[in-house]
Amino acid sequence: MLSRTAENLFWIARYIERAETMARLLEVGARIALMPSAGHGYRSEWESILQASGTAEGFSAKYGDPVQRNIESYLFFDRDNPSSVVSCFERARENARIVRTALTSQVWDALNGAFQEMRRLERMPRSELEVTELAEWVNRQAALVRGAMDATLLRNDGYSFLNLGFALERADNTARLLDVKYFVLLPSVDFVGSGLDNYQWQTLLRALSAHRAFHWAYGGEITAAKIAHFLILNPQSPRSLITAVTMAMEHLDALSRGYNKSGPAQMRARALVGEIAETRVEEIFDEGLHEFLTRFIRDVGELTEMVQGAYLSGEAR
Amino acid sequence: MVDNFNEMYDGGKVREPYKRLEDWTNAMPTELRAMKQAEAEALFRRIGITFAVYGEGGDPDRLIPFDMFPRVFTQNEWRKLERGIKQRARALNAFLLDVYGRAEIVRAGKIPGRLVFQNEAFERAVTGFTPPRGIYSHIVGIDIVRTGPDEFFVLEDNCRTPSGVSYMLENREIMMRMFPQLFRENRIEPVDGYSDALRRTLASVAPAKCDREPNIGILTPGHYNSAYYEHSFLADLMGVELVEGQDLFVEGGFCWMRTTEGPKKLDVIYRRIDDAFLDPLCFRPDSMLGIPGLMDVYRSGGVSICSAPGAGVADDKAVYTFVPEMVRFYLGEEPLLNNVPTWQCAKPDDYKYVLENMADLVVKEVHGSGGYGMLVGPKSTTEQIEAFRQKVEAHPENYIAQPTLALSATPTFVQEGIAPRHVDLRPYCLVGEKIELVPGGLTRVALKEGSLVVNSSQGGGVKDTWVLAE
Repeated sequence: MLSRTAENLFWIARYIERAETMARLLEVGARIALMPSAGHGYRSEWESILQASGTAEGFSAKYGDPVQRNIESYLFFDRDNPSSVVSCFERARENARIVRTALTSQVWDALNGAFQEMRRLERMPRSELEVTELAEWVNRQAALVRGAMDATLLRNDGYSFLNLGFALERADNTARLLDVKYFVLLPSVDFVGSGLDNYQWQTLLRALSAHRAFHWAYGGEITAAKIAHFLILNPQSPRSLITAVTMAMEHLDALSRGYNKSGPAQMRARALVGEIAETRVEEIFDEGLHEFLTRFIRDVGELTEMVQGAYLSGEAR
Repeated sequence: MVDNFNEMYDGGKVREPYKRLEDWTNAMPTELRAMKQAEAEALFRRIGITFAVYGEGGDPDRLIPFDMFPRVFTQNEWRKLERGIKQRARALNAFLLDVYGRAEIVRAGKIPGRLVFQNEAFERAVTGFTPPRGIYSHIVGIDIVRTGPDEFFVLEDNCRTPSGVSYMLENREIMMRMFPQLFRENRIEPVDGYSDALRRTLASVAPAKCDREPNIGILTPGHYNSAYYEHSFLADLMGVELVEGQDLFVEGGFCWMRTTEGPKKLDVIYRRIDDAFLDPLCFRPDSMLGIPGLMDVYRSGGVSICSAPGAGVADDKAVYTFVPEMVRFYLGEEPLLNNVPTWQCAKPDDYKYVLENMADLVVKEVHGSGGYGMLVGPKSTTEQIEAFRQKVEAHPENYIAQPTLALSATPTFVQEGIAPRHVDLRPYCLVGEKIELVPGGLTRVALKEGSLVVNSSQGGGVKDTWVLAE
């Protein structure tokens, strides 16, 4: 297929995944704000949300101080923020319009429906919109899009490019969400293992819609080690880093089978999966969670560039 | 308006092709009609037949108003039209081949050389080059109006990239879904063969260097173009690639597409962009849309471009006047379809007549399109006429004038029920190895009462167009 078409498909998926992440971040922020703050106070928590979403600079340029109401607007509705939910949905839909004929009408309906509803939300008075409801709305729309894709799309190279978009964006986003943990939830070593710390870990699980799943998988006491395992190393967890990079690897392999040609992207994906599969939680904490995540985010970034170079840039030979 | 020919009613009697439609409308109460209309709109939106308007705020996706009342031709009426259309398409192509070659028609004094060689649409870059099969205009859209049972006139020719064919196809699709009964009762010639015929036509003009089944692509200016839907729709129906300039590059005498599996050769380009944006090296250095070097590949037989660069010189409003002459000159036949009598302001006598009779005439800019840059005399105020007169006086050579025709009307659903509205017709004639015409076309309707302007940008709508089988 045309490289540009592949790129459009790749970005439809990335924007949908990113919109969901933004919604989850908003939810994390709202929950944290509801609890008595420790150490750094209320402001730094919201700041960390901005840091994790990669929008801190844009926000401070526009608004200055991190006030909750402004952050909510910026992350959800603001078209000046390229990562806001509204921007993501709009671009996902525009990318879909460009490749309409590579999609089924069900997928188009789901994407277009989300866009039309979003315009309705935008016209409502902000005071009538609760953050949690907005976040749920985003997750519901994204689920419709994914469902339509799974149920109706041909399993061809286009399908792989879509899923590569989901997988790489998810790997990056889960790592960033976890990084919020570094920024806020571990303000000092003394807090590790304290009651407060556990509560915040749980908040994170809830925001990843993984609270119940975690209990089914592990049972017993919630510990930092168990949660890190669940969100990084457990292949059963749908948003874990290993699940995301494995998905990327599988779709890269599907492409190499279909095209009868393998390249550096495939090798890199396999290496990344292999490395994480052999990592133990203790090693992550030894290295430092933030250091580990920073390294992982960089690795995923490099893999994404390889996918770009091999398939999407049009430079393939 | 009373004098205008009504295609359904002839002095109170229902004309033959519309006989069965009378019962259909009588049996449709207002509520059902409103429901059906809403259903049609929902279908259009769902399938995505919208044209995008950016920069005006609001929903970027607009619908062209669809009128459910079909426009009907008998087989006899259509056969006459078909012969005339095909004849005209042949003559226009013969003219193009000639003016980029020896220009015999100019030498014979049948058309002034100035109109051809000084025409903005004349491409010096392709003189002396003969495209595959000698065809320049592969899709000829001929706009036709009717003034009586047997009186048809050609309003203008579109030799470059006539748009709107997706509406012809989708209008039919939607009518068949909503009113299957109508199609059982009336025997209506299908139009869905168009995409196959278009594909055949494009494949038949593969370039000299192509020795296998050609790869075909539609070249679009991109998704911000208002006709983007049509481009992607046609690409999908034909099963060909939809490409933008950035997807293509030139190397080793061929044109290549950038794909996920590496470069893939593109043999035939159905372009939906203007000549000026094809190749920045040849036409416009400031253009980001084109493919540098494309014209060299074209001239060396590495790729075909449809319509061929330079085809626009045949559909100019000033050249239009000479099409009947082309039919006689190249085909040795009498034209089957008439032109609307036209005064050219470049000629002193005509100019004088136009200035004196402006209030009764339709005055058009030679290069205008889309219903802009024109004056409908009888529908204009004295001030409007005066303002337009000054424009004509400043550049007479840029204007032509035609009598205000008593355009035919067909029944149309309007707020108050059913009322006659003026229509025109654009059939799409395909010119390749064969000349093909699907039985039908796009009927555009002026939805405003009394209006003669059918362009969608000026409040026009569209209708399904039927040709009844024998």
